[in-house]
Amino acid sequence: MNSSSNLQHGNSHASALDSGIFFKAFLGLLLRDLRVLTREFLPFLLRVGMQPLLFLFVFTFILPRMGGGNPLAAGGGKTDFGTIILPGLMAVAIMFSGIAAVALPLSSEFGITREIDDRVMCPLPLWAVALEKVCFSAMQSIIAALLVIPMAIYIPAVPVRADISNWFLLALVLVLASLLAGSLGLVIGSTVNPRQIGLVFSIIVVPITFLGCVYYPWAWLDKIKWLKIAVLFNPIVYMSEGLRAAVTPSIAHMPWWAILTALVFFLAALGRWGLKGFLGRVLS
Amino acid sequence: MIVEIQHLTKIYESKLRVVAVDGIDLELEQGEIFGLLGPNGAGKTTTISIATTRTLPTSGTVRIAGVDVVRHPAHARRHIGVVPQFNTLDRSLTVYENLYYHCRYFGFSHGHARARSLELLEQFLLTERKDVYPAQLSGGLGQRVQIARAIAHRPTVLFLDEPSAGLDPQSRMAMWSAVEGLRKEGITVLLTTHYMEEADSLSDRVAIIDHGRVLALGTPEKLKQTYGAETVFDLKLKSREGLEAAVATLKARPDVRGAEATADGLRVMAVAQDGLLPDLVQEAARFGLRDLTIAEPSLETVFIHLTGRDLRE
Repeated sequence: MNSSSNLQHGNSHASALDSGIFFKAFLGLLLRDLRVLTREFLPFLLRVGMQPLLFLFVFTFILPRMGGGNPLAAGGGKTDFGTIILPGLMAVAIMFSGIAAVALPLSSEFGITREIDDRVMCPLPLWAVALEKVCFSAMQSIIAALLVIPMAIYIPAVPVRADISNWFLLALVLVLASLLAGSLGLVIGSTVNPRQIGLVFSIIVVPITFLGCVYYPWAWLDKIKWLKIAVLFNPIVYMSEGLRAAVTPSIAHMPWWAILTALVFFLAALGRWGLKGFLGRVLS
Repeated sequence: MIVEIQHLTKIYESKLRVVAVDGIDLELEQGEIFGLLGPNGAGKTTTISIATTRTLPTSGTVRIAGVDVVRHPAHARRHIGVVPQFNTLDRSLTVYENLYYHCRYFGFSHGHARARSLELLEQFLLTERKDVYPAQLSGGLGQRVQIARAIAHRPTVLFLDEPSAGLDPQSRMAMWSAVEGLRKEGITVLLTTHYMEEADSLSDRVAIIDHGRVLALGTPEKLKQTYGAETVFDLKLKSREGLEAAVATLKARPDVRGAEATADGLRVMAVAQDGLLPDLVQEAARFGLRDLTIAEPSLETVFIHLTGRDLRE
């Protein structure tokens, strides 16, 4: 009796000690990633900024000035294109940043360089190593998404009507969408071998982005019913719609509860799948 | 016992059933350097992978400093340092940062991690290269950084998997002296190798394993004695007249295992004994001794004796 209570006491003491060490190890991993990111901060900004910059420049600056019969010409449409695609571009930035921050490095660390060994031998559970990757990538995704907002304010010919009143919803959607992108990166990075990563980009990442309600709200798909239903299986749709609800609520968007439910669902599913893949790669 | 491996098995069930480890029992004492010898595919790397929490055993247990590596892998890793077969240095960090962040992973504070990294750079003669990236290092230097990194968090056991594979002779010597140096720090070392010379000169004890089983275990000297490794005396002689009679006399000695006339003299295989050499020289003087070479017993002969000469894939 006495000895068993001693044992329990010892165990709880050990687990408190362990969680302290786990936390420090997790922090160490974050610091390492931060060091690498700060060293390459300018390339990072260019990488995440170039696409939305060019997109906004071409579609909301050049085309509207061309006038004549151009559907994107200033004052032509019922709503300016800039306002429609701002949330979409944020979603794309989140998505690509998540993949670049997790899938690409992980794929080469597993395959060619085996650098992952070093981090896998850290004194914390393996799932926490994967979680760190996802969290750090989420941080980059959030920076990438926020970077799009000033661009959308200064570049378009017609000012974008961003109206962020619900900051809580914005933060929640940003965090969930970024973690979701990181989890997708984890799935790709741990299941695809480095030689095929380019192919996966072309056949999965690009299609789900283009069909992710990035360039139009989901509600406008009414005329193409089958597509309207098919895209519900695409997690990017909820990222775009969620940001639409938070950043440009004047544009038609899904109800917030549906968006959040779907984001949580896809985050759980992809997170689980990615973690399984990760464990399968580091533990035999 | 600092490392306890009990009844360890690992079976890979796929189309082809592979028994990689087939009931291995090993115990390592604090501070010893232990060599795990075996041909390719003998189960060395699998055993190390299990002990370092990277592979789950089919059955059996491994305890490092009393911690069960399967039940508490994260906890066990604090006692483990690993130098893997391949260069796994962090390519995005400098040599110094590789050490520094490794220390941070193991909970060191900034100041503590910094001091430990600088100390290791000095100990392993890497100070000049502290700001170099791993891709710019030669194989030998990379290996040195890996050893420094592996012991940075002061583990109780260091695992070295084929540490000298792909190193030039100078780097190998440097690596050996680095490992010898660890003895002073009281770190227990488990190394796998198929360089007999390496196992012989570095290890306090060795285990020869094949087909996932331990075939022999003991100090290199003991193994050589037990498995009949012989000292080979090669004598070059001017004259061969009456040599047959001398061979017969030698064969009759209890300490001589075999003797034969060769093209330019005489070869004698014997269990190492001090009395034999003067007698041999005296005997050979009659035939005009020109040269004498002595090959000490080696683990290689023991190894081949136990594992056979078949080529392994």
